[in-house]
Amino acid sequence: MALSRSGSNLLKPISPFFSCAPSILSRSISSSNDSITVETSIPFTAHNCEPPSRSVTTSAAELRSFFRDMALMRRMEIAADSLYKAKLIRGFCHLYDGQEAVAVGMEAAITRKDCIITAYRDHCTFLSRGGNLVEVFAELMGRRAGMSNGKGGSMHFYRKEGGFYGGHGIVGAQVPLGCGLAFAQKYSKDENVTFAMYGDGAANQGQLFEALNIAALWDLPAILVCENNHYGMGTAEWRAAKSPAYYKRGDYVPGLKVDGMDAFAVKQACKFAKEHALKNGPIILEMDTYRYHGHSMSDPGSTYRTRDEISGVRQERDPIERIRKLLLSHEISTETELKDIEKEVRKEVDNAISKAKESEMPDPSELFTNVYVKGFGVEAYGADRKELRATLP
Amino acid sequence: MATLFQGVGAVTPFSASSSLDSNKLLLPSRKSLSISDSRGSIFVYRSDALNLKAATRLQLSPGHQKRSPSEDLLLHQSRGSFGAFGLYLHCLRIAYPWHELLLFEALREGLEEEMERDPRVCVMGEDVGHYGGSYKVTKGLAEKYGDLRVLDTPIAENSFTGMGIGAAMTGLRPIVEGMNMGFLLLAFNQISNNCGMLHYTSGGQFTIPIVIRGPGGVGRQLGAEHSQRLESYFQSIPGIQMVACSTPYNAKGLMKAAIRSENPVILFEHVLLYNLKERIPDEEYVLSLEEAEMVRPGEHITILTYSRMRYHVMQAAKTLVNKGYDPEVIDIRSLKPFDLYTIGCSVKKTHRVLIVEECMRTGGIGASLTAAITENFHDYLDAPIVCLSSQDVPTPYAGTLEEWTVVQPAQIVSAVEQLCQ
Repeated sequence: MALSRSGSNLLKPISPFFSCAPSILSRSISSSNDSITVETSIPFTAHNCEPPSRSVTTSAAELRSFFRDMALMRRMEIAADSLYKAKLIRGFCHLYDGQEAVAVGMEAAITRKDCIITAYRDHCTFLSRGGNLVEVFAELMGRRAGMSNGKGGSMHFYRKEGGFYGGHGIVGAQVPLGCGLAFAQKYSKDENVTFAMYGDGAANQGQLFEALNIAALWDLPAILVCENNHYGMGTAEWRAAKSPAYYKRGDYVPGLKVDGMDAFAVKQACKFAKEHALKNGPIILEMDTYRYHGHSMSDPGSTYRTRDEISGVRQERDPIERIRKLLLSHEISTETELKDIEKEVRKEVDNAISKAKESEMPDPSELFTNVYVKGFGVEAYGADRKELRATLP
Repeated sequence: MATLFQGVGAVTPFSASSSLDSNKLLLPSRKSLSISDSRGSIFVYRSDALNLKAATRLQLSPGHQKRSPSEDLLLHQSRGSFGAFGLYLHCLRIAYPWHELLLFEALREGLEEEMERDPRVCVMGEDVGHYGGSYKVTKGLAEKYGDLRVLDTPIAENSFTGMGIGAAMTGLRPIVEGMNMGFLLLAFNQISNNCGMLHYTSGGQFTIPIVIRGPGGVGRQLGAEHSQRLESYFQSIPGIQMVACSTPYNAKGLMKAAIRSENPVILFEHVLLYNLKERIPDEEYVLSLEEAEMVRPGEHITILTYSRMRYHVMQAAKTLVNKGYDPEVIDIRSLKPFDLYTIGCSVKKTHRVLIVEECMRTGGIGASLTAAITENFHDYLDAPIVCLSSQDVPTPYAGTLEEWTVVQPAQIVSAVEQLCQ
């Protein structure tokens, strides 16, 4: 089922107790598009630019959709965790739970014509770009129904129609690709931007600075987003970077530090960045976020950080809890409604998993498809070169 | 030998239906050429343009220019093998104009024609724009097409190759120039992981129609780091195609084919071949990326070569012919995938193979070619395949030592003699 951006069609029927007063405190349907002003958790810190305001306008519908989308992402990642432990997903599996606000907030600020490219922690970003759950689970399990026909795996999710360019395994290599996407956007003169996402570990890669230099020189509409979850696999950021202020690393390129656990801060920052990039060239956004799982499924995540730290962040800064509190305080939904949404989401994920399990493994002939684009008569064959034996006259 | 000619526009593509013995066609063509058409002189046209030179030699046109030494060699060795294609053309009595240029100009012509034809084609590289290219391949293009289509990049191969690949994912057709092939080692990650594999890992969603080109090979005392041959490193990357050009004619044709291809193509040029002069047709032509070129048909032994070694082989062939041998020389051109059909037909005829390459001995193109031929055509071989490659040493600066790292014509002659006894 496609991830919905406005959850209004999934609402439970409104209780007859509530009046239709236009006040934002009532829960009538007419107020679902009234604007609500929310303050971000902390003000933005800016480098070489004016930070945007802390007040973000939103609506009840958007709040509900944020909640549902993030709950879906969280549920999907946890389900992927259990599938991995059941050995249905093999290899590398990097989970995004804890960081959902970045994906959801970014998507709310941009259009599908803007491009996003990220590294290997791409399950939720793929979903936000229009992917569906069956494709996700089928690809993770290596089945044919996956979006890359089962040939990519966890680190190679792509969605061309959604403007999602992956899905890359080598740390930092996606940033030059992202600047290339921005270059193509500038070349075709469409007013779109590219969000090239990377982590605090990749922030120390040389190719990032090379690409940033070229992007700034050529005025490309590239937005470099550093998802700083403070740990590059097992190495804390203060052990890997002399200057962990990643938003300042652009030097002449402006930067903005954002609370990545607050979906509205992310939304505001991305909107600001898009306007900036279209006018003035590249900008760096640092999303201060956190991942609950380890770096990947083979990393327990507790050898380099304490369990207290993880549970502390979960209590204080969890993105879904923040939205839940907002929904409850603005009385847009009740506790039971939210629980129902979570149950619904859980069922959706379970259905998607069982559907994905039904899909079969790719056919052996698929091994050799898509190596080259057909057109110049090139076929790839395997180690058994019988098919390549030339027929002589 | 099948010559598949993929032309655009006025030229009709067709291929030879069967390989006729070249000797038999020599006389009739000569006779036809002496008959002057009312429209002017008659040329025979083939994909390797050899006969073009043979034709111009026979015709006494005022436009006949002084031949370059390389042309001289080729002419000398050519036995005017026209093939069925030539015969067909001769029957049609096609007359067509030509112009003479150097290899880097041919590359530029191909590039310019493609940029004219498709607005999505752009060039990125160091000093390609305002400077005109370190080997003048992109001279004049920046003035014509502007800074957005001919882009001067900073010295950051890893990132600008990555940017080229990212742009190609959206549908642009960038041409990334490495000032020297050796510098592309810095971009190896991008070329291997992103360029080669994205079409596969995305399940076919993205195509990467990028061309990566640059000069490589051993030059004139350029030192070890600037004399590298990267064919061997790139050859096992799945998903890319590699071609090596050796004459102005095939340089232009391969450049155009590479730009039009939907697959990522690496075009290997050679530093010492940029000033080769040749006559090429005026009309537009595109060569096939997977086809090898028959330089000189023969009976006794098949010599497979590419890039600069083609000229060393032809020089050795001169000596060999005097000694009574009849080598068949094939310029393989397509380094990945190999044109095993042409090679196989040749092996079936001659039963002996000598590979002459500039790549390193260990893990080079010759090594893969030896394996491929042995696996596929073992039954047709009368002798083991001999592979002459460069020595496994960093290229020294001293001139005499540098000469001995690459294969010299004398070594080719003695290898042939040994194989043919």
